[in-house]
Amino acid sequence: MNILDTPSDRLLAAVRDLLAQKGIATTAEIQERIAITDRASPGQGARMVAKAWVDPAYRARLLDDGAKAAEELGIPMRGMPPLGVLENTPDTHNLVVCTLCSCYPRGVLGYPPFWYKSAAFRARAVRDPRGMLAEEWKTVIPDDIRLTVVDSTADYRWMVLPMRPDGTDGWSEEQLAAIVREGDMIGVTVPTIG
Amino acid sequence: MTATAFAFAPGDIVRVKDDWPERRGPAHIRTPYYVRGVQGQIVRHLGDFPNPEDLAFGRPAEPRPLYHVRFKKGVIWAEDRADDALLVEIFGHWLEKP
Amino acid sequence: MEQETPAKESQRSHHDLGGASKFMCEAVDTEPHALTDFDKEVDALRQILGAKEVMSVDELRRCIEAIPEEEYHRLSYYRRWIRSITDNLLRKGVITEAELRSALDAQ
Repeated sequence: MNILDTPSDRLLAAVRDLLAQKGIATTAEIQERIAITDRASPGQGARMVAKAWVDPAYRARLLDDGAKAAEELGIPMRGMPPLGVLENTPDTHNLVVCTLCSCYPRGVLGYPPFWYKSAAFRARAVRDPRGMLAEEWKTVIPDDIRLTVVDSTADYRWMVLPMRPDGTDGWSEEQLAAIVREGDMIGVTVPTIG
Repeated sequence: MTATAFAFAPGDIVRVKDDWPERRGPAHIRTPYYVRGVQGQIVRHLGDFPNPEDLAFGRPAEPRPLYHVRFKKGVIWAEDRADDALLVEIFGHWLEKP
Repeated sequence: MEQETPAKESQRSHHDLGGASKFMCEAVDTEPHALTDFDKEVDALRQILGAKEVMSVDELRRCIEAIPEEEYHRLSYYRRWIRSITDNLLRKGVITEAELRSALDAQ
């Protein structure tokens, strides 16, 4: 039998033991890395979006260099790929996918969700995005809005800056951040209130 | 070859090479099959990054220019709306002048 | 153009999924799935091996793409990863197959 066909849990346990013995990855290092990774969550991206909605200068910096704009808010981006931010406008809606694997803006959104990694999403997002969004997320992109599908194929990671919903005048950044969800920053949904 | 040998400017019309290295042997490429041979437009140069086709095999990897290229969706899948677009990161060595 | 797509699609590698006809009618499971301890450990291990320059993300991807098609689609995301990580460590001689077998036997 090909040793790589060994059940995954056994493979992980064996590899983990060997790498610990060799001093390459200890249990403590793995636990520390998990703790660091768990700290990244969609709430971080949501803070960036909310700030961009209330602060035009920050919005400009965010669109220019997403990683720098994240760091401005204390979000650690060292060692992360460059982050590009694509702005939804009254004319254009953006949707992010990675058809080749599952590149995701982890630094600002955390682990990619299950659906993002699925074969169905990866296949359908580029070929029938309007149909997929309507069917799976009830997100209907009006006919007069151009849709841009961003296939994240290489060294950048991409995040969507959604449009601020009507009815949020005078809201604080905290209130605004609370309505921004993970899917809004990938483009499968748009922020709504109530 | 140096990075500048592949220099394109925003607005340039380019075509993705109709090349299939994965059919010839072990390969790792970041150019999706659906854009091969398709014409698009350079949006911007995103920077220079080590060639993933070499990195994947642990070989020394030269920096290569990476571009954001816009394609009309209707050109790739005929059933699509012509004015919708696909935006894809493509390395300069995959692009040629049509 | 209309005739070109199917011909082109027949040339794609199995991980190159954009527009793949066989998945166009498959529903997207939009429910949240919490990561397991297994998933998080594999993810962390990948990050450590990357940071220590033992294995690059491109090498990870290449050996994921080398998983036979049926197995690729059967395995969950992080099960593909541990298979690729192991494949890489063996190819690079970071661990040997004999070491791996004896670690598995000792379980």
